[in-house]
Amino acid sequence: MDLAFTQEEDAFRAEARSWLHAHVPSVPLPSLETEEGFAAHRAWEAELAANRWSVVDWPTAYGGRDSGLVRWLIFEEEYYAAAAPARVSQNGIHLLAPTLFAHGTEEQLARVLPTMASGHIIWAQAWSEPEAGSDLASLTSRAVRTDGGWLLSGQKTWSSRAPFADRAFGLFRSEQHTARPHQGLTYLMFDLRAPGVTVRPIARLDGKPAFAELFLDDVFVPDEDIVGEPGQGWSVAMSTAAGERGLTLRSPGRFLASADRLHELWRAKGSPEALRRKVADALIGARAYQLFTYAAASRFLDGEPLGAESSLNKVFWSEYDIALHETALDLLGPEGELADTAWSEPYVFALAGPIYAGTNEIQRDIIAERLLGLPKGRR
Amino acid sequence: MRFLLDPEQRAFAASLDALLTAADTPAVIRDWSRGDHCGGRALWARIAEAGVFALAIPEEYDGLGARPVELAVAFVELGRHAVPGPLVETVTAAALLTEPALAKRFLPSLAAGGTMATLASADAPYALDGDAATTHLSLTADGLRLSPGPATPARPSLDPARRLTPLLPGGELLSPTPPTDQALTWARLATAAQALGLGEALLDRTVAYVRQRTQFGVPTGSFQAVKHRLADARIALAFARPLLFGAALTMSAADVAAAKVTACEAAYTTARTALQLHGAIGYTAEYDLSLWLTKARALRGAWGGPDECRDAVLSARL
Ligand SMILES: Cc1cc2nc3c(=O)[nH]c(=O)nc-3n(C[C@H](O)[C@H](O)[C@H](O)COP(=O)(O)OP(=O)(O)OC[C@H]3O[C@@H](n4cnc5c(N)ncnc54)[C@H](O)[C@@H]3O)c2cc1C
Repeated sequence: MDLAFTQEEDAFRAEARSWLHAHVPSVPLPSLETEEGFAAHRAWEAELAANRWSVVDWPTAYGGRDSGLVRWLIFEEEYYAAAAPARVSQNGIHLLAPTLFAHGTEEQLARVLPTMASGHIIWAQAWSEPEAGSDLASLTSRAVRTDGGWLLSGQKTWSSRAPFADRAFGLFRSEQHTARPHQGLTYLMFDLRAPGVTVRPIARLDGKPAFAELFLDDVFVPDEDIVGEPGQGWSVAMSTAAGERGLTLRSPGRFLASADRLHELWRAKGSPEALRRKVADALIGARAYQLFTYAAASRFLDGEPLGAESSLNKVFWSEYDIALHETALDLLGPEGELADTAWSEPYVFALAGPIYAGTNEIQRDIIAERLLGLPKGRR
Repeated sequence: MRFLLDPEQRAFAASLDALLTAADTPAVIRDWSRGDHCGGRALWARIAEAGVFALAIPEEYDGLGARPVELAVAFVELGRHAVPGPLVETVTAAALLTEPALAKRFLPSLAAGGTMATLASADAPYALDGDAATTHLSLTADGLRLSPGPATPARPSLDPARRLTPLLPGGELLSPTPPTDQALTWARLATAAQALGLGEALLDRTVAYVRQRTQFGVPTGSFQAVKHRLADARIALAFARPLLFGAALTMSAADVAAAKVTACEAAYTTARTALQLHGAIGYTAEYDLSLWLTKARALRGAWGGPDECRDAVLSARL
């Protein structure tokens, strides 16, 4: 058991740090949930990609450095410590790409991944529907067979970043009247600007169009845009859903950096006694999450699947994130009500954590049933 | 970076677990609580034989060298079985008695299990199990003293298996400048590990109970309100564990304090959950669960309560 990094890993860290130091914009980019900010973040992705920092763990053939999991974690620590911009490509990089690595064809990998890595194509996730949230398998949007492909129709909702994104991936019902709702679903990629697609932005709590509704009316998708086998969409989607809850979506670097900033803020405000405990807990929580992730990475490198354990991460980071940001707003006092401080947008974003990526209630069910072995109850 | 116990460390945990399971610790704990130390002493000897105390003692004094990771592994198992006695205090004594003359005099016997040490200080005036211990140390303003022994009577603890005794004043001055900071770090590490093991045992027992306890025609463990409390306990313990082993690797005062507060809070909230989900039977002294429940509260305060530990985390960053 050890926490020491190899010389090569230390050198990698130093290289990442100095590149970020030289390139991270000195003035924060405008919010990525605005048109202007989206474009600025897309340009930042291109700059990362030009220097092979956008997807360090991917194979070099697709724009990565083949860095492996540990270096990816190191990169993320440096990335957030450098206060680098939020990643507008994250749905694609963390959700679609792992799915393609597991189930995609060579042709799909070669076509989709390089433009994802460069930020040229930004992806949105189209899973949820108005009547299918936690009970995702009850979705009703359809994919109907046609010459050379499929026609999609129905309605998707809460699709993050879809107002300005280029393409989307989602689940569609390709067979009716199956024995279980999880059967007969197909995982497809489609163009958000294709004929028949209407994107209606939805304003989140702070008014920014952070997600959208998608109305699909006989949208044509060619056969080459199916991921995995037709009818097997559920297992294709679930094989990578754990990543959304666990490691990939929320690497520890982000919370280590936020906790450091919170601690600086606390000191700058004269170390108020009343918030001492919460600030200490934020520092401790970030360290706990980092070490938990190191342990998970070590097990993963030993060949153990991560599986239901990612539900532990999900509940932990989402509750942690809110507690940390609430403490920051408390420290800001009257300024904490302002919508344009460095903490306000991250606070609004943190509030959604227990809802997306599978609500925390659903994650607790998974922990209880799959990790603790408790009997399944009524859903 | 390979942040995982290696196969030897896992085997060590498994062998201690087997030893303690075979020892029927609930019976030992109940005797100990009544002041009958016979079974406890016999168990102590076996724990020493397994090498547990030697993990805090240099090789030249018959120890295995300072091996905090293995010590943490061992104390998780001692906590899991709620083993009574001044276990942490004996490790702490070993960390205090490092000056060569003292080390030569005390450590071989501590390593071998011949000595059961306990300790009081100005901050913690009650020595744990002074009536059972054979060596009584007191940390006073002028240094480390060998106390003449416990003052009677022992005061009852909320955990019946912990007997609290003030020590008689005076005694031989062993050292005017003992390494108290370092000893506190070992004490907190061992306590954190013990708490984590205790929490794991509370969770395991509660999961087993709610799987078989039926109400409204179904196991209580199928109710979501029950599941979610247990899921939260699982999460709290799962994130305390890496802090514990991370702290054992660095042995920095701040890391150990972070592990102590997190493991003790996780164990304590798990105890609250365990009590609630057992219903009234969990509230009885005769049911074995009580032996774990009461200890969770006691460990939370021992060797630095939550706020003291949080202060140690913050002050390391100033
Ligand atoms: C900021 C944000 C971004 C999102 N981005 C995307 C995206 O990019 N793509 C996408 O497809 N979706 C996205 N979503 C949608 C998200 O996945 C859903 O909101 C989520 O699955 C919950 O569904 P729901 O909102 O319909 O809530 P509901 O399912 O109606 O749940 C409401 C409440 O009831 C509880 N509940 C429901 N069922 C149970 C049960 N069996 N047991 C206990 N409690 C239960 C839930 O836990 C929750 O607290 C996003 C959501 C947010 C907030």
